[in-house]
Amino acid sequence: MGELRLMKGNEAIAEAAIRAGCDGYFGYPITPQSEVLEYLMAEKPYETTGMVVLQAESEVAAINMLYGGAGTGKMVMTSSSSPGISLMQEGISYMAGTQLPALLVNIVRGGPGLGTIQPSQADYFQSVKGGGHGDYHIIVYAPASVQEMADFVKLGFDAAFKYRTPVMILSDGAIGQMMEKVYLDDPIPRRGDEEVITQCPWASTGRPMTREHNILTSLDLDPAGQERLNLRLQEKYREIEEKEVKFEMLDCEDAEYLLVAFGLSARICQKAMQLARDKGIKVGLFRPITLFPFPKKEIRKIGEKVKGMLVVEMNAGQMIEDVQLSVGCNIPIEHYGRFGGIIPTPDEVVRVLEEKIIGG
Amino acid sequence: MEEKFAHPELRTPENLVYKRTDLLVDCPLSYCPGCGHGVAHRMLMEVLEEKEIASKTIGISPVGCSVLAYDFLNIDMLGAAHGRAPALATAIKRLWPSRYVFTYQGDGDLAAIGTAETIHACNRGENFTIIFINNGIYGMTGGQMAPTTLPGMRSSTSPYGRDTDIMGYPLKITELIAQLPGTYYVTRQSVHTPAAVRKTKKALRKAFDCQDLGKGISFVEIVSNCNSGWKMTPVQSNKWMEENMFPYYPIGDIKVDGELIEKLK
Amino acid sequence: MTEEIIIAGFGGQGVLSMGKILAYSGVIQNQEVSWMPSYGPEMRGGTANVTVIVSDERISSPILNKYDTAIILNQQSLDKFENAVKPGGLLIYDPNGITRHPERKDINIYSIAAADEAGRMGLSKVFNMMVLGGFLKLKPIVKMENIHKGLEKSLPARHHKLIPDNEKAVTIGQDLIQPVHVL
Repeated sequence: MGELRLMKGNEAIAEAAIRAGCDGYFGYPITPQSEVLEYLMAEKPYETTGMVVLQAESEVAAINMLYGGAGTGKMVMTSSSSPGISLMQEGISYMAGTQLPALLVNIVRGGPGLGTIQPSQADYFQSVKGGGHGDYHIIVYAPASVQEMADFVKLGFDAAFKYRTPVMILSDGAIGQMMEKVYLDDPIPRRGDEEVITQCPWASTGRPMTREHNILTSLDLDPAGQERLNLRLQEKYREIEEKEVKFEMLDCEDAEYLLVAFGLSARICQKAMQLARDKGIKVGLFRPITLFPFPKKEIRKIGEKVKGMLVVEMNAGQMIEDVQLSVGCNIPIEHYGRFGGIIPTPDEVVRVLEEKIIGG
Repeated sequence: MEEKFAHPELRTPENLVYKRTDLLVDCPLSYCPGCGHGVAHRMLMEVLEEKEIASKTIGISPVGCSVLAYDFLNIDMLGAAHGRAPALATAIKRLWPSRYVFTYQGDGDLAAIGTAETIHACNRGENFTIIFINNGIYGMTGGQMAPTTLPGMRSSTSPYGRDTDIMGYPLKITELIAQLPGTYYVTRQSVHTPAAVRKTKKALRKAFDCQDLGKGISFVEIVSNCNSGWKMTPVQSNKWMEENMFPYYPIGDIKVDGELIEKLK
Repeated sequence: MTEEIIIAGFGGQGVLSMGKILAYSGVIQNQEVSWMPSYGPEMRGGTANVTVIVSDERISSPILNKYDTAIILNQQSLDKFENAVKPGGLLIYDPNGITRHPERKDINIYSIAAADEAGRMGLSKVFNMMVLGGFLKLKPIVKMENIHKGLEKSLPARHHKLIPDNEKAVTIGQDLIQPVHVL
C-alpha cells in the first residue's frame, strides 16, 4: 500500500525511521539536518510506536547513547552534519570494534572546521575510509533523491543487523532540504523485547542464568586476541564487498564518455548528460550508491569500454581515488569539483567534460 | 584446594556462615591488593543477588581501573568509551525500562572527561544508578592528577603537590549534581571498615530500590583508597584517606528522597 | 512537459510557500516535482529563492542555472536571475521597488503589480498567490482545482480559514498580469 507525500529529505528520513520500526533516535541539533529531530519531536512516535526520541547534550553523548542502545540489540539511529559527525567518530570506531548495528545519517555541509551550512560532499574520505581510529569500515549509502533518503533507512537497518555494523546514509544539505515526492512504506511494528533477545543473542539485555554473561567491548589487552578481532572484521568487510554493492548506470550502453558521481552530484550530472547528448556527445552516467563497498568491478568493466571519465564531486577529489584504483590508468580520468557549499551546475560539467576529457 | 584447608571436616553446610556470591566471576581481580574496588564489586553483586534482579540488570563499565569490571561481574555488561557511561545508560534505560541499569565509574571518567554526560544525565532525571569510585587519582594510567585530587596532593602530573593556583580545585561533583532536580538519592560512602562496608551496601540497595520508583538518578559515591597511586601501604592509605579525603569529601547522605540534607541547603 | 522555475525575492514575501503550493499541486496531478530552497541565514530578511521543477518525467538535477520561468519579487533577484532565463523563456516580475527594469529582448516579460494591489485590498498576506495566479494564467501547468488541494495539503489546518483569500488572490492575479515585452 504505502503512502505518497511531498517531503523534505530530512523529514523523509525521520518518517521512514518511524515506519521501519526504529526503537530510538538520539541526536543534537545542527544545520542543515535539524528537521530530523524536529520532525520526530512533532510526530511524537513515543506515543504511537513507542520509539524513544531524545535530544542529547552533544553529538558525543548522542553517539554513545547509540552505542548503548545498539549494545542491547535495539534499532537505533542518529543524524548530524559534518562537524557533529567528526565529534562522533570515536563512538563510531567503538561500535565498529564492538560490532554493533546502528544507523547514522550525515547531511554533509561544507568544511573544514565550522565551514558553511551549504551542501558538500567533502566527507567522502571520512565516511568510507574509516573516519575514527583503527582498521574498520562502515557501510555507506549515498542517496540521490528524497525517495532514496526514505528507502535507505530500512535498507540501512537491515544491513546493520545482518553484518552487525554501523551503517551511514551520506547525503548533503541540498537533498536534506529539498522536497520531492516520496512513496512511504507501510509501518512495520517495532520488535518486542523478547524478539530482540531472540534475534540478538549477543546483546546485553540482562543475563538469564541459562547462559554466560554477555560482554560488549572493543577492548582486548591481548594483542593476539585483538588481531583475531581485526581478521574477523576484515573477513566481514570482504563479504560486504562481495554482496552489498549497489550502483546505477544511465545511458551507458552506447557511451563513449562517462560521468561518475554520487548523491546530488549524480543528479546534476544526469542533467549535464542530457545537455551533452543534445550536443551529440555520447555520454553515460555511473552512480555508486554504496560508497563502501565501492562498485570496483562494475566500474572497471565499463572503464574498458569508454574513452574517458569525468568524476564530479562537491569536494577537491576524493571518490576519484577509488575510481582510479578500480579502473587503472589506461584512459584519462579527470576530476571536477566545487567546494565549500558551491554546487556545480550542469553547464559547467558539460564544459569541463568537453575541455578535459573530449578535447584533452 | 580442599587439601590446603586446615580442617576440611568443618566445611559442612550447617557451618556455612559466608559464601561468595555467584554473581562474582570466580577469577582473580585485576585490582591491586588493598584497593577498594573489589569490596565495592562484591557489595554491588550482593545487592543484585538479594534483590533478585541480576537477570534484569545491565551494567556499564568505564575506562579506568575498573575497565575490566565486566570480567568480574557475572551479569550482562557493556564497556563504555572514557566518560560516556551515563550516555549509554540513558539510552539503555529508556529503551529497556524493565531493566535495572547502572554505571560504575572512576573520578577521571565521571568528573573530568565525562562531566557533561554526568551532569546532563542527572539533570534529565534519568532513572538509573551511578556508582562513583573516588580515589582522587588516575590509577590505571599510573597515578596522574584527577579532578578530585586534593590541594597539595602529589601525583605524577602534580609532582610537587596540586597547586590550586595553577591546577584549579578538586571538584565536588557529588555535591554539584545533588543540586539538580533530576537526582533523587545522592550519598557518599566508603568501604575501608566493616561498618563502612555495611553502610555502603545499604546505600547501594537503596539506590537500586530508587529505580523501582522512577524518580530520577540514584548516585552512590564511594570514597576509596589507591595505595599504589598514593604510594602507601593499604593500611597507611586508609588512614590517609580518613585524615585527608573525608574532611574534603564528608561521608554521609547528601540527598534523600529528592530532598537535600539540611546542612547543604 | 517539464517546467523549470525559479521564484526569488525577499524572505517573508512567501517565495518558498508559493513554490510549495505549486509543488503540491503537481504531486496531486501525479507529476514529478522537486522544490529546492536556498536555505540558511539568507532566509532571514535577506533574499530567498526556490527552484521548482514540475515534470512528466523523472527529474534530473534539482538545482539549475537556466530556467523556463523566473518569478522575481525584488531588485537583487532581478539582477541575479534575468540572465538565467532560457531564450524564449518567461520572466514575471512585480515592479514594486524595481528601479532597473528587465531589458532582455529574447524572452517574454510580464509585470504584475501584486504588492500594490494586495496592499490596497488588504490581502498583503496572500500577495504571493496573486503572483502565482498571474503565472498560471500564462502557463497553466497545474489545474486550479489542484491548487485548492495543494493549499489544503501545504497549509496547516489552523490556516485553512485563509484558503478562500488565497484562491481569491489567485483569481485577481490572473487579471492583474500585464505584458511588457512579448516575442
